[in-house]
Order: sequence, then C-alpha cells, then structure tokens
Amino acid sequence: MKFESQKVAKPYFIFALVLFVGQILFGLIMGLQYVSGDFLTTYIPFNVARMVHTNLLIVWLLFGFMGASYYLVPEESDTELHSPWLAKLSFWVFAAAGVATILGYLLVPYARLAEITYNDLLPTMGREFLEQPTITKIGIVVVCLAFVYNIGMTVLKGRKTVINMVLITGLIGLSVFFLFSFYNPINLVLDKYFWWWVVHLWVEGVWELILGAVLAFVLIKVTGVDREIIEKWLYVIVALALISGLVGMGHHYFWIGPGEYWLWLGSIFSALEPVPFFMMVVFAFKVVKERRHEHGNAIATTWALGTAVMAFLGAGVWGFLHTLAPVNYYTHGSQLTAAHGHLAFFGAYAMIVMTIISYAMPIMRGRPQGNPIAAQRLERFAFWAMCLSMLGVTLALTVAGAWQIALQRLPESGEALGFMATQDKLAPVFWVREILGVVFLLGLVAYLSSFFVGATESEVDSLEAAAV
Amino acid sequence: MADRFTKGMARNVYYGGGVFVFLLLVGLTFDTMLELPKRDHRENITQSVANGKHLWEKNNCVGCHSLMGEGAYFAPELANVFDRRGGGDEQVFKGFLGAWMAMQPMSVPDRRKMPQFNLTDKEVEELADFLIWTSRINDNDWPPNIEG
Repeated sequence: MKFESQKVAKPYFIFALVLFVGQILFGLIMGLQYVSGDFLTTYIPFNVARMVHTNLLIVWLLFGFMGASYYLVPEESDTELHSPWLAKLSFWVFAAAGVATILGYLLVPYARLAEITYNDLLPTMGREFLEQPTITKIGIVVVCLAFVYNIGMTVLKGRKTVINMVLITGLIGLSVFFLFSFYNPINLVLDKYFWWWVVHLWVEGVWELILGAVLAFVLIKVTGVDREIIEKWLYVIVALALISGLVGMGHHYFWIGPGEYWLWLGSIFSALEPVPFFMMVVFAFKVVKERRHEHGNAIATTWALGTAVMAFLGAGVWGFLHTLAPVNYYTHGSQLTAAHGHLAFFGAYAMIVMTIISYAMPIMRGRPQGNPIAAQRLERFAFWAMCLSMLGVTLALTVAGAWQIALQRLPESGEALGFMATQDKLAPVFWVREILGVVFLLGLVAYLSSFFVGATESEVDSLEAAAV
Repeated sequence: MADRFTKGMARNVYYGGGVFVFLLLVGLTFDTMLELPKRDHRENITQSVANGKHLWEKNNCVGCHSLMGEGAYFAPELANVFDRRGGGDEQVFKGFLGAWMAMQPMSVPDRRKMPQFNLTDKEVEELADFLIWTSRINDNDWPPNIEG
C-alpha cells in the first residue's frame, strides 16, 4: 500500500460482504416461496423479500465500487486521498441509511412506509429496484456527491492515468443517471422509458466502465505487464461497451410503448454488447500469460480471470440469447430473464468487487504478497463453489424459462397454459435452483472463513524476514 | 493489438464514440417523445388512472407481478389482465378485481400467497382504471397470447 489513506476502503469492503450475506439469505427465502407458497409469507411476503434481495445487491455493489475507488485512486493518482475524513463520514451515513431502509422494508407494510416517509410529496417509490423511500434516494445522491467530489479532487491533484479517467467517467455517470429515479410521471410509458435511464445506463453502461477500470488496475498489479498495453485495451473495451450499450437500451423498449424502429435498433446494437465482454476475456488471459512476475496473491489473479469469463457468459452469452426482438417477443419477462440477471450481476459486478477485495484486503492487513497458502486454498475452493453453483442456478432458471415459454407463450390463446399452472409444472426445476442456492451460500461461508485462516509459523517467519 | 492502432486513437474512440452514440440516443429519445402520444393514448389518463398508478406503486405490486413484462416473475402479468379476466368489458373486470382483491390471501395450501391490501371500493375502481388504460398502450402486440 503506497498511501495511508487507501485504508478507508476497508470498512467499505467489510460492510459490502455483510450485506452480500443478507442478499443471499433473502434469495433463499424467495427460492423457497417459489415452490412452497406458505413459507414465512405472513412475516416476509415475497415482494418484501425480493425488494430486500435486490436492494441489498445494489447497495453492496455500491459499497464495493466505493471501496475499490478509495483504494485504487490514491495509488493511481500517486497522492493521498483528498479527504479521508469525508470518506469515513460518508461510509457511516450510507451504512445507516441503508440499514434503516432495509429495516423499513421488513418492519412496516410498504404502503405505510410510503406514508411515513411522505412519498406523496415527491412520489418515487414502488418501481422495481427504485423502491427506496424518496428520502433515502436523496441520501444516496448526497453520498454520491461526497464520494465523486472526494475522488475527483484526488484525481485533479494527482496523476490522471487512463484507469483514473475511465473510473471517474463511470462514477460521474452513475451519479448523474441516478437522478432519473426522481422522475416518476403519471404516464406509465414515460415512467418506464426513463426508468431504464437509471437501470440500463447503470448496468449496461457506466458500471461497465467501473468494471473495466478496476479489472485493469488489478491486472497491472498482479501481472506487472506494461501499463501502456493494458490502458489501450481498457480504452477499446469501454469504448465498445458504450457504443453498443447506449443505443442497446432499445432492447428494453420493444414491448413497453416506444415505436417499432426500436425493434431494429435494440436488436442490432445490443447484439454487439457481448463484443466488449469477449475482448475482456482475451485481454485478461493475454496479460496474465505475458505476466512479468509471479505475484504471491495467486487467488486474486484467479478472481480477475474469473470475472472476465463469468461476465462474458452472464452478460454476453445469456444476454445475447434473448436480445433479438423476434426471440425476446417470447422470452420477455420469463424465467429466462431471471437466469440472465443472476449470472450477469454475479459474473460482472459481484465478482469484480470480490476481485478487488481479494487483491486489496491482504495488503491492507499487512500481507503485500497475499494471504497465507491455506487461506488462499480455502478462497479458491469458495471461488469455484460460488461460480459453479451460480452457473447451476442459471442453467436451472434457463430450463425453467424455456419450459415456461413452451407451455405458456408459444401455444395460441385457449391452448396455452395459464401462468400459475405453468409455475406448478416448473416446481422440480425451482427445487434444483434452491439446492444450488444453498451450495452458493456454503461457498460464500467458505469465502468469508478464508479471511480468518492464519499463517503457518514458517510463513510468519518469512514475512518478518522480508519486513526487516 | 497492432502498433499502428495507438493508445491515443483508442482514447479518441472512447470519448468520441461515447459522446456520439449518447447524442444519437438523445436524438432518438426526442423522436420517440414526439411519437409516444399516439401510442400511449395519454389523453385517456384520468385522475382515477393516475390514482391507480399511485396505488400500484404504494403497494409494491411490481414486487411480485410483471407489467408489460417488467417486474417480478412470481405472479401473473397484469398489462393484459383486463383482457384475460374482463374479456374487454370494464364493468365485468371491475367486478372481478373487487372480488379477487377481497378474497386474498387464499387458503390453498402451498399456493403462492397474495397479501390482503385492504383497498376501498374506490381504490379498487382506480386500480382497475389504471390497468384498463395500461392494457390499451400500443406495445407492439405483446404478449404473444392472453396468458401473458
């Protein structure tokens, strides 16, 4: 670690992982409710569990992105963070707001939460992923402002590397596009049209810049490959992400009101969205192959490669599977959408956060060459357990989706099976999904345990020798 | 990558390409805004439809259902529920919706449970008006059949 202020990333990473555990637990509750409708339903109705599951995901990824930025920007800029104090303060503000919001979801009926937070003054609640009370949304804006200001000032006074510039455009985009969450017109079509300016422009736009920048940073560190080479790749990858992804938003405009030309534009541009993800795979494997040194933190390299592969599968392959309009006509809003959502969020965003944690946490804990061998071994097991079980969840949901479409969507009206009857038929696949979800949780427990595996005596000796 | 393709060129593709495509998106959005009134029939948005949308949001209906295919996939699609359950007759649909909302949660073991939202008759009417208006949006003929 080059600068003391990078350490402010630590609480961000720890809290992100705590929320991650919560996300998975609520996912398991929902998975059971899919097959056993009475499970916990009087205490945690499905809509509440889902809101907690998705909102925890968004918030823990934001904590992860913030931690990643606070860690890498000072090092890239070659200067201390502008204000470590502000970073610590915004951590507590964000954590308190997040916890209060989740408790609000769980403790009072949603309609009551809307009343006590004066939603009627500026109604923004009750839309998918943007369920937070308006006051929480304002809090998110304040935290983002403090964060972007802090990171921006650090970049301004220091080196403006490509990684810094790509990261900061991503972070500014994240903050700016979130402002669309405050626009909630009475006209549902307009509401949906601009709702995507938050959701799509985040996950298929500016978040990809953050992903690319963090991945490039870790790859420079663990491979020692010349920055010039990595930076050129980074520029090309994020350029293609934006060029395909911005108008690629059209694939969400097929069936919600906008005109027919979106069928063409959305299909063509979003069909190109896998290209930058494919390049990310080539790039990651190429620089690891051409590495200049053997970094002691081998598992961080595994995470970096895994992120590229799983992001390509989840966002690229599973996205392409149903992005062409004639296909999407039948798949839209089916279990196939859920399959894509799970693998894309995990592969691209959950994994990039775990990549930077895997690289940076050992350094912040005084282990510049990574965790002890035993800890890395356990982390590697957790890596495979989580990746394979999430692939399994995705495959199960893909089968469920294809089956659902065959029963409910393809036949003519009159012959098609109704929604609930179809869901009953899918129950065996939903059970498989739930079991694989439990395996994922075990993988996550193994991952968290790996933080507590200590060094052997000989490792301690060699560390001390290196320190002298 | 080839040496002829320099980092400076890559940078220009990133900033130039990004800005160009974003402007293209803004232009397409302006065009869509001009076209939408013919497709969403906003002239039919009454106060009741507006209240219905707020009820939809306040009760987090999208946490289980989908609306035009967006939302959760736990419970049936509702953008065409007017056609499916009302057969295109507004009074029939309102009668159905009132009865349906009143009987939740149904005591069928293991069936996915819809909570009881305690809506008033007026609120049921408003929610129905919102769903009826929604069913008439031109959404390029989605979903493929009545089951949603």
